[in-house]
Amino acid sequence: MAPRVRLAVVLAALALACVLPFFLSGFRLFQFTQVWIYAIAILGLNMLTGFNGQISLGHGAFYAIGGYTAAILLSHFGVPYGWTIPAAALVCFVAGFLFGLPALRLEGLYLALATLSLALALPQVLKYFEHWTGGSMGLVLAKPEAPFGLPLDPDQWLYYVALAVLALLFWLAANLLGGRVGRAIVAIRDNPIAAQAMGIHTALYKSLTFGVSSAYTGVAGALSAIAIAYVSPDSFSVFLSITLLIGSVIGGLASIQGAIYGAFFIQFVPNWAQEISKAAPWAIFGVFLILFTYFMPHGIAGALRWLQARMAKARGAKPVS
Amino acid sequence: MEIFIQQVVAGLATGSIYAALALALVMIYEATDVVNFAQGEMAMFATYVCWTLLNAGMPYWAAFFATLAIAFAGGIVIERVVIRPVENAPILTIVIVTIGLLVIFNSLAGWIYSYVQKPFPSPFPKEPIRIGGIVFGAHALGQIAVTLVVLLCIWLFFRFTPLGLAMRAAAQNPVSSRLAGIRVGWMLALGWGLAAMFGAVAGIMVAPVLFLDPNMMGGVQIYAFAAATLGGFTSPLGAVVGGLIVGVVENLVGTYVKFIGTELKLTVALAIIIGVLLVKPSGLFGRAVVRRV
Repeated sequence: MAPRVRLAVVLAALALACVLPFFLSGFRLFQFTQVWIYAIAILGLNMLTGFNGQISLGHGAFYAIGGYTAAILLSHFGVPYGWTIPAAALVCFVAGFLFGLPALRLEGLYLALATLSLALALPQVLKYFEHWTGGSMGLVLAKPEAPFGLPLDPDQWLYYVALAVLALLFWLAANLLGGRVGRAIVAIRDNPIAAQAMGIHTALYKSLTFGVSSAYTGVAGALSAIAIAYVSPDSFSVFLSITLLIGSVIGGLASIQGAIYGAFFIQFVPNWAQEISKAAPWAIFGVFLILFTYFMPHGIAGALRWLQARMAKARGAKPVS
Repeated sequence: MEIFIQQVVAGLATGSIYAALALALVMIYEATDVVNFAQGEMAMFATYVCWTLLNAGMPYWAAFFATLAIAFAGGIVIERVVIRPVENAPILTIVIVTIGLLVIFNSLAGWIYSYVQKPFPSPFPKEPIRIGGIVFGAHALGQIAVTLVVLLCIWLFFRFTPLGLAMRAAAQNPVSSRLAGIRVGWMLALGWGLAAMFGAVAGIMVAPVLFLDPNMMGGVQIYAFAAATLGGFTSPLGAVVGGLIVGVVENLVGTYVKFIGTELKLTVALAIIIGVLLVKPSGLFGRAVVRRV
């Protein structure tokens, strides 16, 4: 797609997203808020696993850390909720960076193992520090009102907050991954030794990617804590991490826009599947996960790219990228 | 002292479960370079199969061996159908496929058997056994015995039968084995079958203690990971020793280190995994991976 066409498509989608609150209400709108939040989290995972090639099966842990950072700042310290989001980003960046340092020595499977264990162990830790986290009861928060006397109810306001954060973070990610840094990150995935030989500081880039990726997922966690107005250890079980991975695979691992398709998938498919049985969403998730890895390894984003290339070819134009 | 010995034996009992599941992980890793993240869930599902057979009125040991046979066949089918197409794919792809299996087994169990916890019978007497004035749970001792018997069988199989030799050869050097006339693909499938069988043993032995539910094996699996990591993913002996060590450490830490207790048990496993990977990534008995640049 030509850059101008792409810009037009992005702006049109954004405009559509902006008018959505005037047509949907209550629970439906909340679902879309959750889609934008998931998209941010999945984008974080895509950076790490898709672009940098470090497998994380435990990104739900950083989602939880972000959520609890926001919740603790809100309920124990009365910090204005707007500040809790950058705070969550910072805390998760540090947490991810620190986890990324030992992870440097772990490759492929071992990293998957370590991150999965992290996701399995974290809910217990959250329950343990009861004084701060409220134990298994969790923390109940108040929903923020729209500022400046805007005629929006809290759900509509939070929708716009999530959408704005999403737009900002996607713009940042597109710039980061499209430039010199992004090429270094991908080079490390494709051939770490050659990347090092070209003068890329592999260790630094890998742990920084881990940090940035966790920060993205942490911001999503913080937004979700504010939007749901509640955090509890059981909402951050290992299945959250697997859900994020599924979204990432379905949308397209090494893709920025893929994060949005993946987010739609993990938000809406379970809703439909739930009508069959309580266990059906996960059965469907699992089957989709395996089928996608066999037949559509680049996810929905990859399929769309392929379609565009086909259409461009049919029109006799030279395909771009 | 009495408490100490009791805790060590209890640790060996849980450790034998970890050892069986870790051995399953190691078998698959040795044969196909895959860590099967669905191993615990496959074991859980096999335990449900056993529960169904028991409910249909089968005697305990008949149901036990029938379940092992079903698990063995199931493992082979999974390798043939699901794993084989991605055999040579990047690690990430294989990890994702096993995660898919994990999710499918977990939800299938929930779908068929519901998420309600079920009691599971133990074949061993309820009365505790006294040895030298110290009281031990009969199930704990039985659990250790069953695992030891299984280990002995598997050692005999790999050491003294032609099929065992062929399987070891296929895992170590697939190309030469193929030239020597070994059907490598089938050997790998057999490896998956055996691994599923060990998992089933672990599941059936742990179910009377933990109660049967679809999420029963989550905690067990992370300890089995810790055991396999500690012993080395390339060493079956290491997996067993690692499992026993991890079981004993878990129990002793739970008893004697007050601030950890039982509430941070999973964190202990995480600490073991990350600690071992940092200090000695190949584990106690594994061989270090040497890579050609």
